[in-house]
Amino acid sequence: METTADLTVSAVRDTRRRGRSRRSLPIALFGLLLLAGCAGDSPSALNPAGTGSARVAGLWWLLFWISMAVFVEVMALLIWALVFRRGTARVRHGQPLRFVTIAGAGLPLVILVAVYGVGLRDLAALGDGPGPEAPTVEVTGHKWWWEVRYPGASGATANEIHIPVGEQVRVRLRTADVLHSFWVPQLMPKTDLIAGETRETWLRAERAGSYRGQCAEYCGTQHAHMAFLVVAQPRADYDAWLARLDAPAREPGTDAERRGRQAFVQGTCSACHAVRGTGAEGRVGPDLSNVGSRWSIGAGAVPNDAGHLGGWIANSQTAKPGNAMPPQPIDAARLPDLIAYLRSLE
Amino acid sequence: MTDPAGIVTAATRAESLSAELPAGRSTGWWGMVMFVATEATLFACLLGSYYYLRFQYGPQWPPPGIEAPSLLKPLVMTAVLLPSSLPMLWAEHGIRRGQRWRLRSGLAATMLLGITFLALQATEYAEKLRQFTMTTDAYGSLFYLITGFHGLHVLIGLTMIGWLLAASLRGGSFGAHRHDRVRNAAIYWHFVDAVWAAILFTIYLTPRL
Amino acid sequence: MPTTTPSPAVSPADLARLTEHWAEPPSLRAWFSTVDHKRIGRRYLVTAGFFFALAGLSALAMRTQLARPEAGVVSPQEYNQLFTMHGTAMIFLFATPMLFGFGNFLVPLMIGSRDMAFPRLNAFGYWVFLFAGLFMWSSLPFGAAPNNGWFAYAPLTGEQNTPGLHMDVYALGLLFLGISTTAGAINFIVTALKLRAPGMSLNRVPLFVWAIVATAFMVIFALPALNLDNAMLFLDRRFDTHFFDPSAGGNVLLWQHLFWIFGHPDVYIIVMPALGIVSAVLPAFTRRGVVGYPLVVLAIVAIAIISFGVWVHHMFATGLPQLSYSFFSAASTIITIPSGLQIFAWLATMLLGRLVLKVPLLFVIGFIVTFVLGGFTGTMFALTAFDQQVTDSYFVVAHFHYVLIGGAVFPMLAGIYYWLPKITGRMYGERLGRWAFWLIFTGMHVTFFPMHLYGLFGMPRRVYTYRSEPGWDGWNLVSTVGSYLLAVGLLLVLVGVVHAVRRGKPAPPDPWSGDSLEWSTQSPPEPYNFPVLPRVHSLHPTWDERTAESTGPGASADRVLSEGRRTLLTSELDAHRERAVEMPESSLQPLLLAGALLLFFTSMLLAWYPVAAVAVLVVVVTIAVWLWPPRRPDRELGVTA
Ligand code: HEA
Ligand code: HEA
Ligand code: HEC
Ligand code: CUA
Ligand SMILES: [Cu+2]
Repeated sequence: METTADLTVSAVRDTRRRGRSRRSLPIALFGLLLLAGCAGDSPSALNPAGTGSARVAGLWWLLFWISMAVFVEVMALLIWALVFRRGTARVRHGQPLRFVTIAGAGLPLVILVAVYGVGLRDLAALGDGPGPEAPTVEVTGHKWWWEVRYPGASGATANEIHIPVGEQVRVRLRTADVLHSFWVPQLMPKTDLIAGETRETWLRAERAGSYRGQCAEYCGTQHAHMAFLVVAQPRADYDAWLARLDAPAREPGTDAERRGRQAFVQGTCSACHAVRGTGAEGRVGPDLSNVGSRWSIGAGAVPNDAGHLGGWIANSQTAKPGNAMPPQPIDAARLPDLIAYLRSLE
Repeated sequence: MTDPAGIVTAATRAESLSAELPAGRSTGWWGMVMFVATEATLFACLLGSYYYLRFQYGPQWPPPGIEAPSLLKPLVMTAVLLPSSLPMLWAEHGIRRGQRWRLRSGLAATMLLGITFLALQATEYAEKLRQFTMTTDAYGSLFYLITGFHGLHVLIGLTMIGWLLAASLRGGSFGAHRHDRVRNAAIYWHFVDAVWAAILFTIYLTPRL
Repeated sequence: MPTTTPSPAVSPADLARLTEHWAEPPSLRAWFSTVDHKRIGRRYLVTAGFFFALAGLSALAMRTQLARPEAGVVSPQEYNQLFTMHGTAMIFLFATPMLFGFGNFLVPLMIGSRDMAFPRLNAFGYWVFLFAGLFMWSSLPFGAAPNNGWFAYAPLTGEQNTPGLHMDVYALGLLFLGISTTAGAINFIVTALKLRAPGMSLNRVPLFVWAIVATAFMVIFALPALNLDNAMLFLDRRFDTHFFDPSAGGNVLLWQHLFWIFGHPDVYIIVMPALGIVSAVLPAFTRRGVVGYPLVVLAIVAIAIISFGVWVHHMFATGLPQLSYSFFSAASTIITIPSGLQIFAWLATMLLGRLVLKVPLLFVIGFIVTFVLGGFTGTMFALTAFDQQVTDSYFVVAHFHYVLIGGAVFPMLAGIYYWLPKITGRMYGERLGRWAFWLIFTGMHVTFFPMHLYGLFGMPRRVYTYRSEPGWDGWNLVSTVGSYLLAVGLLLVLVGVVHAVRRGKPAPPDPWSGDSLEWSTQSPPEPYNFPVLPRVHSLHPTWDERTAESTGPGASADRVLSEGRRTLLTSELDAHRERAVEMPESSLQPLLLAGALLLFFTSMLLAWYPVAAVAVLVVVVTIAVWLWPPRRPDRELGVTA
């Protein structure tokens, strides 16, 4: 099976290709600056893949062109003054109040009222959440990772949200500690996670792919590494994925993996981490039942490969200084086993 | 402009005698009014925070475990504090006419009422503290912050009045032509009084509405 | 348009008397005890410039860290202190005090007075500002500087989430500084209301003074919200109250509401006097008055009022009810109208006048270009749906640097070049000034324009580092390069100022043929500002013959006031003469009082509560002595019984 890490790369490539072919007229005109945004793996708000962000991107282009027009007007007046009102020009002492009022207040008022109307319509659209039967994801912000649960599925995952493509999905947001903010630029604008309260937003991906999201409210030392990935899949793949989230974690296949599991369950790890079906039920850190297939380690801190995993377990403080997992006193001989075991958990 | 001595007499005669008050508001008056305006905003924010937390909290207020405040003592406190503006007015009007005895007796009376108010507040606290403290919950924090902050203002007002009283007892301080300081302290005191009415309403009356 | 030189109308004897009463002969004591608004204003400017340099260097460190993905120039803990101190210092220790510095130096001169209404309070305000600034900055070397961003959202700021002194420094430092800002604001209002020269009715008050007064009113009504917020934060942290603790009935959004009820007006507190500088600089370089004086005044007042009704636009992503969002969205949209009015009034002024393209005008032009762009992005945020997408991303960082640097720093720089001759008595070098302008203008746009882009491309703000996959690295490098250009440009400003002070040509009283009263004094002005207080006959007194005459041979005797240290009080609206008042002498009490407060705040910070109690006592006694009425004979007092 394709791991999500592979999925990310291919999906991003995919989006990029489509993004380029669907590049509309304004983007072509503004192309030079935007090239950098659509090229690369940029999670650009101007390359929307979800209903919410698509609306806002439309609003942005409207605002952009209006601003350009007014800016050109202002610059034209300024340049006119610079060219024709220097040196020999005679000072005129009139008080053209009508010009100032119309250009400075009248015209802007007309523009602003219209734009405000459009903005309200879009706000209402963003507020138009899914019905009660829609799939729901429960996301809890922690310093500095995201806990992800699905009502009905016993398991949990971290820093990775799977949704069925083309469907409106409810996202219920809570925080375990301080404020965070849930942001997937290509899918949906932000909603803050407010301590002591529950907030809701929704996602609706119009095409399959992986979309980077990141915490957008400053939340302390490692706010920089609190990213996540939204994976939009066809309904069948999504259902299969959800079913696995309800089932026990994959059994070890090799001796090394078995030794690794033992080290995990009997060592310090299980105090903080859970792996379904092993008796490890810690809730301090992320559930690791499918850690092997995650797109990254430490919410975007380092790539998910054997080397980084080993480094993370031995001392996660170098990759993500200040994070809540202390360096683990793991016997060097046991470490490869542990790595093998964790990487086998898909 | 040819006769500098003439300027001097012209400038001194009319004005140096007119002293602090007759023409227009003084800078001190404006200063005090602006200061009171900013202080009033502070109290408005405090009471605003009270209402905000209250209505965000939910239907039961004060929160479980704390009784709604009883009214008797605060009403007595009000009956002591609000009228204390009257002797202050009397004192101020007195000194405007140059009557120093009215200044002294008015200040002393105001001070007495203010001290009584603080003493009553102390007994009120002694009672409340047995029930809840500043650290019990947000209600406790609000209660003590708001009333305590007001009490502090009363204390500052009393310090001003005591200071005026000391200056007026010394003699040579205030008279019909110089009483800016008295007037400014009076403005402050009336303000501290008026704020209490808002606090009485917010803290003691609204939980019973 | 006659340019006046200070009038010879006053007799040498009067001048000698004025000097005797106002001059402060140089001595160590005089240095600490001065109450001269010009010296205090200069100190504000220099001190704020110093804090600007510190905050700017912090920004350079941040930009160096962000130049490449996953750089290790600073640790996350250091980065978080750097951006917090950068933002906090730029807003609180640089922008407002810098503009207060201009106000302090200029308001009495522009309104034809000899000092501020409360000169000692003024000195006190300066010392408090200085001490509060040092108080906050000195935490940085100890690694204990504030680290939760300049708006410090609860509950991150609570004891258990941020242990250590960091946020205590923040809360106490801002409370301490607030004393200075409030005192300064009251002083400006009273000065402008009561000390205007006779004849300067409200419709002849210079636009800069209008702007300062409107700013001061905003301070009076906005700052209490911040002070309360910080007091509650400190109580929560130190004394276990629960204002921001949702588990005990508190609410974390209370912090945000109070902060932004202050914070939004605060951004106009910063920009308003800067816009006033633009209005003050333009007449001299367009050779005519600003078009639409009443409209501009109206715009100033309107901004000051509306700015109190938009704060929730900083909370568009917190999930409040949509109805409240539509209200605050509408208010935020409307507030652009008065800004637009001002922009077009200035454009019309330039279109009708004759441009004299000196460095100050260059900065004004740079201001218009930059501020308009920043204003547009602000208007975009006013639409909630768009804001939810870009809030807390670098797009917002781009917006506020465009309005803060374009809207406030550029006018300040225009003001520095414009008034340098008045403040120092020396001319700056035009060539160096032009170099500085072009470097700063280019550097500014190279640094901050790309932030719009990588903000839209999904880069959140306040991240100490980023990985290279999202494709933000190229643009970040551009920003970093730009920030170095900007720094070089600013360094040239500093060099230009130092050079002018040391080697500049002596400045004539009125090098630009300016229109307001400060140009009718010496450069730098005598300690008493005006030998004869002018009588004002128009909005452009220095261009107006009758006003000039009022200090020349036609001066009437009652405006010399050389007996004692005196200036005139006039009525609030029409500026009718009321009476002359005696102004206070220099004194060490302001310094002593500020020192006692420093002791108080330091001991609160370090939890030496008994020392704090002693400090309170010192404060009370100092104030009591300061204001103690002088003893006068009963007859003079008017005592009858
Ligand atoms: C000098 C400071 C300054 C100024 C003047 C402004 C001006 C404006 N600001 Fe800005 N703002 C800040 C400083 C400032 N701001 C800061 C520091 C922050 C971020 C704080 C933080 O998060 O750290 C911020 C953030 C901020 C936000 C929140 C963003 C977010 O965090 O999500 C919003 C939202 O509405 C906003 C709006 C506006 C608006 C509508 C104006 C308007 O006043 C602009 C008006 C001006 C113009 C529009 C240009 C001239 C007008 C014309 C030429 C007429 C024609 C115009 C049109 C037809 C549009 N600002
Ligand atoms: C007036 C306000 C102001 C000014 C002028 C600036 C100026 C600059 N700022 Fe900004 N900035 C803020 C206000 C301001 N800033 C605020 C409020 C925040 C938000 C903080 C937060 O999120 O909490 C912020 C945040 C902020 C960030 C985002 C940090 C993050 O989110 O992680 C960045 C990143 O690049 C940045 C960069 C810069 C740079 C490069 C400059 C440059 O323009 C600086 C250039 C200056 C110098 C290099 C100094 C050189 C000076 C001299 C050599 C001497 C000159 C002396 C005299 C004139 C007397 N700033
Ligand atoms: C004291 C609690 C604690 C202990 C003990 C602990 N961890 Fe962690 N662990 C965490 C926390 C908290 C995180 C999330 C850190 C972050 O991303 O900010 C984490 C993250 C991880 C991750 C990355 C998960 C992801 O999806 O990003 C792995 C893998 C991991 N831990 C493995 C281990 C192993 C193996 C052990 C034992 C040898 C262990 N942990 C012991 C708390 C702990
Ligand atoms: Cu979580 Cu930032
Ligand atoms: Cu704002």
